[in-house]
Amino acid sequence: MALSKILPASQEQYAGARNLIINGAMQVAQRSTSATGIGNSDGGYHALDRWAFRETNTPSFEFTWSQSTDAPDGFGYSMKVDVTTAEVTPVGYGYIQQRFEGQNLQQLKKGTSNAENVTLSFWVKSSKTGTYIVEIRDSDNSRHISKSYSVSSSNTWEHKTITFDGDTSGVLDNDNAESLRLNFWLVADTTFTSGTLATSWASITNSNRAVGQTNLMDDTANDWYITGVQLEVGETATPFEHRIYADELRRCQRYYGRYYLHKGNEYMTHGANISLSSNFSFPVTMRATPSSTHIQNINASNCNSSSITFVDFDGASYQVNMSVVSGTVSRRDIYAFDAEL
Amino acid sequence: MNIQSAQYVKNQETQVINNENTYVNVGDNVAVDIVLDGKTTRVPLDTANRHYAAILEWVADGNTIQDAD
Repeated sequence: MALSKILPASQEQYAGARNLIINGAMQVAQRSTSATGIGNSDGGYHALDRWAFRETNTPSFEFTWSQSTDAPDGFGYSMKVDVTTAEVTPVGYGYIQQRFEGQNLQQLKKGTSNAENVTLSFWVKSSKTGTYIVEIRDSDNSRHISKSYSVSSSNTWEHKTITFDGDTSGVLDNDNAESLRLNFWLVADTTFTSGTLATSWASITNSNRAVGQTNLMDDTANDWYITGVQLEVGETATPFEHRIYADELRRCQRYYGRYYLHKGNEYMTHGANISLSSNFSFPVTMRATPSSTHIQNINASNCNSSSITFVDFDGASYQVNMSVVSGTVSRRDIYAFDAEL
Repeated sequence: MNIQSAQYVKNQETQVINNENTYVNVGDNVAVDIVLDGKTTRVPLDTANRHYAAILEWVADGNTIQDAD
């Protein structure tokens, strides 16, 4: 190898996979590119992969949650929260969240005397200026730390960098279960704002989680965009780790995948109600045995139904049911498989 | 997660081996079908699955999973 191909020491930290966030550039949206009416009882995954909405206490606000092409230079997409029903006085909380497997976080050395700091960087833009809260929550040990950032100028992309101290208490489990959550707060009532912001790691105290949080949901004119989200070990925000779409899609498919399944054409006799099965493998091993949901039938010939008869984290069996005594049988469906945290 | 109903699904094909490398016989329960947001979702009996974890909470709240057909 030519010497010129070796990274100088000052750039060695940029090599390899640094970003703990999946889909930080908001490229992948397998479920939908837009979901409307998100609010009460809508906690979960709706649009961009790996990003969930969380709420509590029956809020009345609603928003449209979408993948937007409004993005800073160097990015193709952002996540957009567009308020459609306002709630002037906050009720409960609302935030955008990503969850992490413990086995992907061992380099944080959490719960040891050598616990690493982590640095979060992202681009944000909002019509509503003010103070916003980002929280890291340790689900294994019920601990948290919160930091604030400011949206200083309305409707302007701003780059933010926040460093969180390492936590010498609370080791993270080394398994495929959820260990950590990253929460971007959008609204919080006094249950979560009446204390002192927990800027150092501590046992979870609700009143210290989101002190100072702006109410993004108080006006239907409000919106909030975010992209280029990166969480990395250390005290420095390195340049965003851009991944090609295929790489990011594979990472997302460990947690959720949507696939075309097909059986046939086969000429069958001695029907009807004969079942035909085919096995298929997922493109990446899923985190856990996934749930399966029929999304859409594309076409069917002499078949009246389909189902998933067996599934594990590597693949599934797709079964179609013949509806005639004899004839050519075929069917194609879209199924979704969900092993999200 | 707003679960509207839940019903066990039996293994109807052949004996299979699950993720824990144990045999699942024909007639054994292998999943739960739940109606969620108007769509039926088939949920494996795996506590690492978030839907199954929600079903267990739903049952703890006093609800019942119906027997398989």
